[in-house]
Order: sequence, then C-alpha cells, then structure tokens
Amino acid sequence: MKEITVISGKGGTGKTSFTLALANILSKRNAIVCADCDVDAADMHIVMNPDVKEKHEFISGNIAVMHKELCSRKDGSNCSICSDLCRFDSFHKTSDGFFEIEGPDCEGCMVCVSQCPSNVISFPERRCGEWYVSQTRFGTLVHAALDIRAENSGKLVTTVRKEAKRIAEEQNAAYIIVDGSPGTGCPVIASITGSDQVIIVTEPTVSGVHDLTRVAQLAKHFSIPFAVIVNKASINKEKTEEIETWCSTNNIPFLGKIPYNGTVTTAQIEGKTIIEYEENKESRELSSILQEIAKEIV
Amino acid sequence: MKIAVASGKGGTGKTTISIALAEAAPSDAFLLDCDVEEPNSGLFLNKDNGRKKEVTVLIPKVNESLCTSCGVCSAFCQFNALACVGKYALVFPELCHSCGGCAIVCPVKAITEIPSVIGEKTLYSVQRKNKTSLRFIEGRLSIGKAMSPPLIRSVKKEAEDAIQNVPSLKNAVTIIDCPPGTSCPMGTAVIGCDFAVLVTEPTPFGLHDLKIAVETVRKMNIPFGIIINRSTAGDDRVVRYCEKEGIKILLQVPEDMRIAQGYSRGLSLISAVPEYEKEFQSVLAYIASSVPAKEGL
Repeated sequence: MKEITVISGKGGTGKTSFTLALANILSKRNAIVCADCDVDAADMHIVMNPDVKEKHEFISGNIAVMHKELCSRKDGSNCSICSDLCRFDSFHKTSDGFFEIEGPDCEGCMVCVSQCPSNVISFPERRCGEWYVSQTRFGTLVHAALDIRAENSGKLVTTVRKEAKRIAEEQNAAYIIVDGSPGTGCPVIASITGSDQVIIVTEPTVSGVHDLTRVAQLAKHFSIPFAVIVNKASINKEKTEEIETWCSTNNIPFLGKIPYNGTVTTAQIEGKTIIEYEENKESRELSSILQEIAKEIV
Repeated sequence: MKIAVASGKGGTGKTTISIALAEAAPSDAFLLDCDVEEPNSGLFLNKDNGRKKEVTVLIPKVNESLCTSCGVCSAFCQFNALACVGKYALVFPELCHSCGGCAIVCPVKAITEIPSVIGEKTLYSVQRKNKTSLRFIEGRLSIGKAMSPPLIRSVKKEAEDAIQNVPSLKNAVTIIDCPPGTSCPMGTAVIGCDFAVLVTEPTPFGLHDLKIAVETVRKMNIPFGIIINRSTAGDDRVVRYCEKEGIKILLQVPEDMRIAQGYSRGLSLISAVPEYEKEFQSVLAYIASSVPAKEGL
C-alpha cells in the first residue's frame, strides 16, 4: 500500500482538481481510499458526491469555562489572576465586572483553571469538528470538517489519515490518495509526515514559485520524497521553464505540466473530474496528460 | 480603519485584492501580509530593503541541577511539550504553545522561559504615485514551525503601534492579507478588524468555502462584503447565494488574461490594468461609509 499526498504551498493551484483526477485514474485499476486532509476548506466531497456511512465528533483537548456565579468578584474581590496569567487574551471584562472567556480564543492550556484561587473555572472536553467515512464511486473517502475558528487542525488531519490507513488495510487497497492543505504550517506538516510520496502542484507565477520553494524546504526538512507538477503551465511559459530547471538543478523529479484549461471549472460545475468530462478535445488532451503523469507516479 | 481580506478557499485572489486596495487607498496606508506560511504580497510591490525583526515566543528552559524529574510539569502540559523520563524534564519546543503553565506549576522553580524564534517580520516602505505613504509589513514563518498565530499577532501589533505613535498616521487605512481557511490562523488575522472583504470565485469549490467564511465573520460580528474574482470563469451561483443572503457584492473582476499574465510576472492588478484603480477606490469609499466612525484604530 502506498500513500500519495498532494500539497501545493500556494492555494488555488489546482491541487484538489488534480487529486480528484488522480483518484479517478487509479481507482479504475486498483482499490483506493481517499483522505481529504484540507480539513479547513474540504472540497473533495463536492465532486465525489459521498454517501456518508459514519459520522464522528472530533474531540480534542479541553476548553476553559468560567462559572462567574461562583467567582469571588461577586463578593467584592478584585482578583484577576485568570486574566493576568492568560497569554492568549481570552478573558474579557463584562459590564457587571466579571471576566468571561471568549470560546474560540481559549488555547486550552489549563493555566487559569489550575491557578484560580476559588476553583470556578471548569475544563470540559472540546469539540473541534466532525469527520466522516463515506462511500463514493472511486472508493471510500475519509473526510472532515473543522468547526469555525477551531484549534487542532493538525490533530484532525492525523485522525483522518489514520482512519484512511486502517480502512485501506482492511480493504487491501493499493493506494491512499491524500488531499493536503495549502501553506507550510500545522495541518500541512500533519499531512505529509510519514507519507510515501508527496506531490507538489504549483503554478507558473511568482507566487507559485515562491511558495513551491518554501513547501519543498518543508518536505526536505522532514526528509519526505517529493515530486513537482506545474498546473496552468500555458499562463507563463518562462516561469514554467524556470520551475523545470529549478527541479532538475535540485534533483527533484518533475512529473509534467498541465496547460491552463477552462474545462476543469466546467467539469467541476457538473460534479465531474476532468477525466470523466470528455466532452471536447481540450479535456481529452488534458485527460491524456493526466494519465501519463499518473503512470509516472505509480 | 482595519480591513481584513480573507477567503475560505486558497488561491481566489486575496493577495491580488489586498494589494489593489492598498494601492488604491487615497490616504496613508498599511498593508500587512498575515498569510505568514506563504507570504506573497511583497513579490508585487516596489519596496525598499526593509527593516527585519525576529519574532519569538517563550519556551521553557529546564535548570538541570534543580529539576527532580517529578513529572508535575509534564502532567500539566496540555500539549505534550514536556516529558519526565530521565533525570530531568525534556522540552519539545515544536509542541509548546507558550502558555507559561510549566514554569508556574514546577514545585522546585527549575523552569524559566526563554525566547525562541518562530519567524520574522519586515517593515518596508513602498513607492507610490501620490504623496501619501504605503507601509508594508510582512510576516514570514520559519520552515518547520507549526504555529502561525503568535506571528500574525506580532505583525498586527507592529502596525497598531506605528499608528498609535505617529499622530499623522491616525487616519491610515490598514489592509490585512489573511491566511486561507477559517481556523485559528484566519481568525487571528481577522479579529479586531472593522470590515472583512471575502474574496471568492464563481465555482462549486469557491462557493462552498465562501459559505464557511461568511459563517465565520458573522459569528465574529464583523461587517463584510464579497469580491468575486474571475467572475466570468464559472457560473452565477455565488451571485445567487449573495442575493438570497442579502450580502453586498463589492466588486466583480471578470477573468482577464492581462491580469493573470501580469500576476504571473509579479505585476499588481492595478499596474496590469490601471482602469481598476477607480473601482477599488469606490470599494474603499463604500467600506468607509459603512463602518462606524472611530478615532484612529
């Protein structure tokens, strides 16, 4: 079993559209499991049209809850230890002179809970989102939705990947296809650590190049092998060449370039991958380029 | 006035729109690149060399001669950043959230806190045509660092301090290029802003992620409007959604190869297609009129 993780550094390079096309191609010959680890803005399900079989709450860490009816300030004390010690500005003074905690601002560090002299702050478990196991036309999809302004996106990514791996073993699947998130931070690190292969989908723009070099450094930092694809290559041929040259200078496998094509959006609007959408010549061309890239990957 | 430029989905054109707003601003302006994991605004600006400052967070340092490896700190830490397995506590800085709890609970006062670099912020001055100033502050997270919110806070504070300390900047407008998504980094960038501009594209992915972004700014009680980028590249689903929800569409930018190719070479939208300057001035004027007047920040 091989886990293939698609990331991009920059957002909007076509990472998810590529991941869907790859899943589509590979699922024709092998059993696969997909994992949408862009938990912050999960989009794979929009095209995969999943039939949700299981739904789980994602509980991670705890959250401080102030019980101001018990706070010593009601008896005239001017204690402000909770607010003074909080490093995350989570405490706000109410008009009646108490402190309250703004839920999403709480880091869940327990400092206020442990230091309150009257023990009036409780520390229940915290719900950060939901994750699902679904059936789709390409196989099982494990996906998730992080709650608004929630913490712990990295841990949710890890949960989704673990579950995908468990199911892939159970089904004896050949591939796990992971859609990662943009950036270089917490969820991206959680998406790529321990992956068998990382594919970086970039675009031939100054931002695409800049973000590619950063996310490539990240993959190197964690010693994970990776390869590069340029999407929307026809927008700027010089930048595309620049990326190709940069890859060969740095001994990074270059998997290919995909021309810019509006049919990717049209296919998405119809709920299809570009492989399924073979209505005109351009998309067939695109489809054959993607088939070639898929051969390189596996 | 502080305006956050955000989006659920990445790559919808947040950076393009942020720069256009900053360039079009008739008054003194600050542009903050708070997309610190992948900061791109600077690639499109004609700026000076800048002044760089390291940004640090506090992490525990264990005094090995005092530590008894009693396990109080590691049991307390909610983020597993400390372990007491050997003769003294071990620190895993990449897991630390800098809450300071371990130093408080250590019974033998063996833990102090020391600064640890997570990234840098650079303050630039940008050349512009009119007599007002444009200052650009870029946050840049070090590779391998997971947590961006402290750096985002530090970039915002840099601008707030400048505006507070320089009387002539009292009426400066601040434009914040936010990270994508709707989790803690985005919330950290958007909180405290007077208005949010949500940038989207007219596709199923764009609309899906826009809805989450709308829910987020509504929960945060921040007034907002929408800019539809590449508005002719998909269908009318975003327009229909905004009509149904009564959301103001501030501007639609049709798909335009001059903009896309200019962007690919590092040209800002207004440099590529100067007619847009007026459009963005109107957007700013609309925002200013819809935000209740406030002194400075």
